[in-house]
Amino acid sequence: MKRHLLEAADLDRADATLVLDTAAQIDQALAGREVKKLPTLRGRTVVNLFYEDSTRTRISFELAAKRLSADVINFSAKGSSVSKGESLKDTALTLEAMGADAIVVRHSASGAPHRLANWVRGSVVNAGDGTHEHPTQALLDAYTIRHRLGRLDGVRVAIVGDVLHSRVARSNVWLLTTLGAEVTLVAPPTLLPVGVGSWPVGVSYDLDAVLPKADAVMMLRVQAERMNASFFPSAREYSRRYGLDARRMAALPDEAIVMHPGPMNRGMEIAADVADSVRSTIVEQVGNGVSVRMAVLYLLLGGSTR
Amino acid sequence: MAGSPEPAASRTSTAGVLLAPADVARVVDRMAHQLIEKAGEQLPDLVLVGIPTRGAPLARRLAARVAAFSGTAVDVGTVDITLYRDDLRMRGVRALEDTVLPAQGIDGRLVVLVDDVLFSGRSVRAALDALRDLGRPRTVQLAVLVDRGHRELPIRADYVGKNVPTSRAQQVRVHLAETDGTDEVLVTEEGSRA
Amino acid sequence: MTYLIKGARVLGGDPADLLLADGRIAAIGDRLSATGATVVDAGGLVALPGLVDLHTHLREPGREDAETVETGSRAAALGGFTAVHAMANTDPVADTAGVVEQVWRLGRQAGLVDVVPVGAVTVGLRGERLAELGAMADSAARVRVFSDDGHCVADPALMRRALEYVKALDGVVAQHAEEPRLTAGAQMNEGHRSARLGLTGWPAAAEEAVIARDVLLAQHVGARLHVCHVSTAGSVEILRWAKSRGVQVTAEVTPHHLLLTEACAETYDPVFKVNPPLRTDADVEALRAGLADGTIDAVATDHAPHAVEDKESEWAQARPGMLGLEQALSIVVETLVEPGLLDWAGVADRMSVRPAAIGRLDGRGLQAHGRPLAPGEPANLLLLDPAARATVDPAALASRSRNSPYAGRELPGRVVATFLRGVPTVLDGKAVR
Ligand SMILES: [Zn+2]
Repeated sequence: MKRHLLEAADLDRADATLVLDTAAQIDQALAGREVKKLPTLRGRTVVNLFYEDSTRTRISFELAAKRLSADVINFSAKGSSVSKGESLKDTALTLEAMGADAIVVRHSASGAPHRLANWVRGSVVNAGDGTHEHPTQALLDAYTIRHRLGRLDGVRVAIVGDVLHSRVARSNVWLLTTLGAEVTLVAPPTLLPVGVGSWPVGVSYDLDAVLPKADAVMMLRVQAERMNASFFPSAREYSRRYGLDARRMAALPDEAIVMHPGPMNRGMEIAADVADSVRSTIVEQVGNGVSVRMAVLYLLLGGSTR
Repeated sequence: MAGSPEPAASRTSTAGVLLAPADVARVVDRMAHQLIEKAGEQLPDLVLVGIPTRGAPLARRLAARVAAFSGTAVDVGTVDITLYRDDLRMRGVRALEDTVLPAQGIDGRLVVLVDDVLFSGRSVRAALDALRDLGRPRTVQLAVLVDRGHRELPIRADYVGKNVPTSRAQQVRVHLAETDGTDEVLVTEEGSRA
Repeated sequence: MTYLIKGARVLGGDPADLLLADGRIAAIGDRLSATGATVVDAGGLVALPGLVDLHTHLREPGREDAETVETGSRAAALGGFTAVHAMANTDPVADTAGVVEQVWRLGRQAGLVDVVPVGAVTVGLRGERLAELGAMADSAARVRVFSDDGHCVADPALMRRALEYVKALDGVVAQHAEEPRLTAGAQMNEGHRSARLGLTGWPAAAEEAVIARDVLLAQHVGARLHVCHVSTAGSVEILRWAKSRGVQVTAEVTPHHLLLTEACAETYDPVFKVNPPLRTDADVEALRAGLADGTIDAVATDHAPHAVEDKESEWAQARPGMLGLEQALSIVVETLVEPGLLDWAGVADRMSVRPAAIGRLDGRGLQAHGRPLAPGEPANLLLLDPAARATVDPAALASRSRNSPYAGRELPGRVVATFLRGVPTVLDGKAVR
């Protein structure tokens, strides 16, 4: 493992598999226990540095760190020096002086975790940076697929929606292909990045054509405001062409699963009955997130300090 | 250094065979008899919990021998101690191994931890911490194939296959058929490696 | 003060001696001697006419923490320049005679290069109405180049009027070609790298569309147009087409677009953030070829100093721009001279003669630049050691800022001496003051 987890490309196939295997072992070790706590990272300090509000991701990392007995400091943009114009570098040096062993960072600017990694000795974990990546989300998605379908090699995954602005999509593209899955991106052309042709994925504008050949469908959140910038004409037209409703879900193979990184826009990219169906892994994904993040923290911090 | 294999002559290690395959089988049999004798009435409550890597197959072997000699099937489990170690910073990360307990759990039972070599005692301490999180056994005992001394904690084994006085510079290596293809216990002198 | 330069290879030719006296080249020949002259040993050095930069951001007035006219002038002299055009996007904006005269006077005071102010095309660079271009042209600063650089004159009607109006001033509009609606929030070249890095793309078409429009406008109204910092292969194609049709268009390319590519963005280090952005290998190749065949007229630095806090940040928050004055010639040597695309006469043409002509600095008299190295001409020249190689250390730069994208890079060529009107501004590779 590298010292930091900044993007999915930091994980080769062996490392990614190690993370998933470790998460599975942790899941198994904690299953059915009353005390879901391990002493592994006692005395280590994990800082959650969140420049963007994301309660769900922060809580997931916080729980993961606490279950490994690390000390957790939440440093959010609101109500701290971060909001008073302190630069990322100054914040980094402050956290360094406090002895942070790991910094979990969420930032609206793509690449902010890469910058941070230049300025601190501890490990940096990217918890979502701009429209770049969100590697632990991809790990938990991969974990969920493997858990449900029993494998990743050769699994056909359709990622549907606003790929252009999605860090979840980017991380999944790189991680899932590293792990041998076949990824197809499905979106209106306006919501696919120029240059997507060089990615190791298939691209389709037609959801109905892709669904019968998908083992997993990952629906991305689509912000209705995008229509104001003419990415699509209206929410109704978007959901008609790219939304997953019960009729479309019926076109999936029997074992196929439906995923969503959350938060969902019910009725926009995903219909309520689809989100609540037995195919849906949405709740499971949240739980798996904690195990996967425990695995990441253990693998980054458990070892000898370099 | 890459690509240049270490010349064999530069190693200063000499290996001595402490237990040959037949010896290992004999020692395991003796330990099984001791377990039966000591457990007495409580034999049905016995759970043999191996500490990976080699404690796990050792526990399974002991269970098989206990069953063969006593006619009573005993439960087997494994407990991975990696996440309980207090020396991760020195050792570096490694892949986790299975923690598997019998369906009835370990509450109120006679748990015997099984490991290959007893040295500093730190692995056993980590295993005791792990067990505490997994249930509340009535009694916990310890069985090891080799006790080589040099304890750093107040821990002793209840069942010992073989006591081997060693120096700290020496290494004791247990090989089992399940993990290494053959049964044997070696003592090696390995220069400065501690 | 007279100087006798011994054994310099003028434009890379055979070694010759140059005698500088009274601000002019008094003589060029073999074994010259002059009593009382200071002798400069130029064995192995190449003599080139003093370089002229069409595009320099000196930051004064307004951001003296990033650069001043004096520190920027020193950096220019060390790079072999004897004249630089100071861009108008200062604070206040150089959109009146008062501001351009202030910059011009600061340049005279520093005395290290001729600082030639550029006037803003529109009031406050806002792209709404013309600034008083005539007043700036008639001022002591004698402005001939007008530019809203940093901003595109995006309104086509306004651009047409500007092109027409400066005809009366013998001026030229230097366009920063960037269609703003296509580059909202843009961070780097749009392509497979921007897609992967999650940085909003700056499409080549946003530059090419404006250049295409402007060459048509320039042709229509019969005006001169200069295109700043051309960065794409498509732009080179459009310029080649326009020149073949007789349009009075000239263009410049920056050193960084001749050397660096968008791959630099992968570090997310904003020292590589610049506008227009670094492009692809194919673009770099087309720019080198365009400069070599003369489609692109000039190398211009777009020297853009930024304070540390404006660069040591997240990529998106950082300001675009990079230093260029001190390494410009080295990069031209590396990317064009050493590969055989341009000889020394070509370097003199693209870095001195043509930029001076575009800025109308090539007239007669001691204030002229870009003149041939010949007896009677102003003694504006530099001596270059083409064999020297050195690693760029930002801390050692004369600029007040440190945002050099070449940090740690070994580059060829060392400016040993620069003379402005016969007076050394650089000797032994060091600024005289
Ligand atoms: Zn510009």
